Amino acid sequence: MNIHEYQAKQIFAKYGVPTPKGLMAESVEQAVENAKILGGPVWVVKAQIHAGGRGLGGGVKLARSIEEVEKLSREILGMTLITHQTGPEGKLVQKLYIEDGADIKDELYLGVVLDRAREMPVIMASTEGGMAIEDVAHDTPEKIIKIAVDPAIGFQGFHGRELVFGLGITDPDEQKKLISFASKLYKLYIENDAEMIEINPLVKTGSGEFLALDGKMGFDDSALGRHPDIAAMRDISEEDADEREAAQYGLSYISLDGEIGCMVNGAGLAMGTMDTINYMGGTPANFLDVGGSANAQTVAKGFEIILKNPKVKAIFVNIFGGIVRCDRIANGILEATKLVDVHVPVIVRLDGTNAPEAAEILRNANIANVIAATDLADGAAKAVAAAKQAK
Amino acid sequence: MSILVNKDTKVIVQGFTGKEGSFHAEQCLAYGTKIVGGVTPNKGGTEHLGQPVFNTVKEAVKTTGATVSMIFVPPAFVADAVMEAADAGIELAVIITEGAPVRDMQAAKAYATKHSMKTIGPNCPGIITADECKIGIMPGMIFKKGNIGLISKSGTLTYEGANQVVKQGFGISTAVGIGGDPIIGLSYKQLLAMFEADPETHAIVMIGEIGGDLEIQAAAYIKEHITKPVVAFIAGQTAPKGKRMGHAGAIVSGGAGTAAEKMAALEAAGVKVVVSPADIGKAVAEVLKK
Repeated sequence: MNIHEYQAKQIFAKYGVPTPKGLMAESVEQAVENAKILGGPVWVVKAQIHAGGRGLGGGVKLARSIEEVEKLSREILGMTLITHQTGPEGKLVQKLYIEDGADIKDELYLGVVLDRAREMPVIMASTEGGMAIEDVAHDTPEKIIKIAVDPAIGFQGFHGRELVFGLGITDPDEQKKLISFASKLYKLYIENDAEMIEINPLVKTGSGEFLALDGKMGFDDSALGRHPDIAAMRDISEEDADEREAAQYGLSYISLDGEIGCMVNGAGLAMGTMDTINYMGGTPANFLDVGGSANAQTVAKGFEIILKNPKVKAIFVNIFGGIVRCDRIANGILEATKLVDVHVPVIVRLDGTNAPEAAEILRNANIANVIAATDLADGAAKAVAAAKQAK
Repeated sequence: MSILVNKDTKVIVQGFTGKEGSFHAEQCLAYGTKIVGGVTPNKGGTEHLGQPVFNTVKEAVKTTGATVSMIFVPPAFVADAVMEAADAGIELAVIITEGAPVRDMQAAKAYATKHSMKTIGPNCPGIITADECKIGIMPGMIFKKGNIGLISKSGTLTYEGANQVVKQGFGISTAVGIGGDPIIGLSYKQLLAMFEADPETHAIVMIGEIGGDLEIQAAAYIKEHITKPVVAFIAGQTAPKGKRMGHAGAIVSGGAGTAAEKMAALEAAGVKVVVSPADIGKAVAEVLKK
């Protein structure tokens, strides 16, 4: 789960990680009110969406008067912001963050992520703040310092020294401040079961203070149960409505832009099915993992969600029945076609335990739209053909 | 021969009397797995599925001589269960539970490693040595005995792969579902080494997916150390960037961990890489003909 910048900064503040003063606003009036409370003389009006690259997209602007705060807030609130992380459809700005302007001398990058290879969190830092870190990693990887910190020992002095010397910070007072900053950030990463924290930029001010000018945080969904305060920060308006609806039924759904709807059990096989459709010249319309049960209700819900997409010309149901027998799944699919009006061809491949019985059930049902397939390749081929015919 | 588990392996179940634990332990017993007991705190001294129940893993190990534990406890208790198993001298823990917090698994795996306990999973179908020992949730009947070793991050793709191998007239020595979480136990590299050393295994199928770099590490290892033919499939060639594809670890982040780079690395290591999982069986037949 991801949260907004203003929420990340609330967590930073709780741990003593310095940030500029700021207040969230959901209307232009509130933005102006916030600006007055902050006092100025310079403010930053920032769009709050769950995506990076907001500045380049026109969602972060500097204001030098209350009138300017009002004008910019009016512009940004309600706009559809397109950045390299939002996709071409962009994201609607529903919240603003009004922040004190900072006197920026240097821009750094500081983040904490899980290093899967080392199986521990790694602190990433760079002197190239304010730039997309992916680009820095690609073009000048030597400018990124990585410091793995074993949670068993926590953030130690040597980690701090590696960080400041790595960044070329020589002033002892500044060294002390940045080490304290990083150590607090690591602590809050661990204590809140964060998945990633990114501060880009982390700025050094003219007076030698370090401030988190931006803040991005994501959390381990599996650990949200023990962090009710973080779980409460969830902003469902930032999530895809169909994905959210699917999740409520235990389905894992992601929409894509192709024509063949997919319904599969298991995440790996679901991806493999998309890949096979693509390989055979078709285009997958979605990823959908119905999980282990695949009963009439979940399958019906799956059909419903897939068919919301008007581009879908055929549906490929690809189930490998294991402990759940295929004959039961076949009956579930037939029942689901009665619950939902399925107006496109449905290609059904059921393999595994009791597959022949399942094929018999589908054949006997003799439903015009339901086409049985013998294996993955056969099913994908039939789905691609059906989608082409529908054009 | 086979790897890790066989007909003589003594297994206990942590979370034995719960709904999932009971259901799957019963299936494993029916398959012929030597489940010699289980652990459920406060139910020690009772009997379940005809086997003794213990309060602690230590007690279970002392009484039964079990070396492997199958873990079905709820997500929040997985780390505790894994560490208890390691502390009690269990040699291999197979963690089926899905949804264990990543931070917990970091600590649990580090502790397991310290005690030389191997782990498989979490969030995986388990391990099966055909006709001998099934420790997990896979449908046993698909896995006909044979000479192909199988390693997979995905459950249903394990079944798909095994099924195709069998349809081509071959069979499985041992199949291991390693799970798709960000932190997992045994990975391709260690399992490839075991299959290489196993005389019963003639070829290896490895099924990977987007996210992380375990498949890249495997490619480097294969190039240096594996002489047996390897067939690979990487799921998620058509997955969009930045989206988590079901498994917690299946995400292309910052342009890294794509299917394309993994496929290229494996191909460069001499692995027969298939573009569709529908071709796994055929590819196995092909590499064994050579």
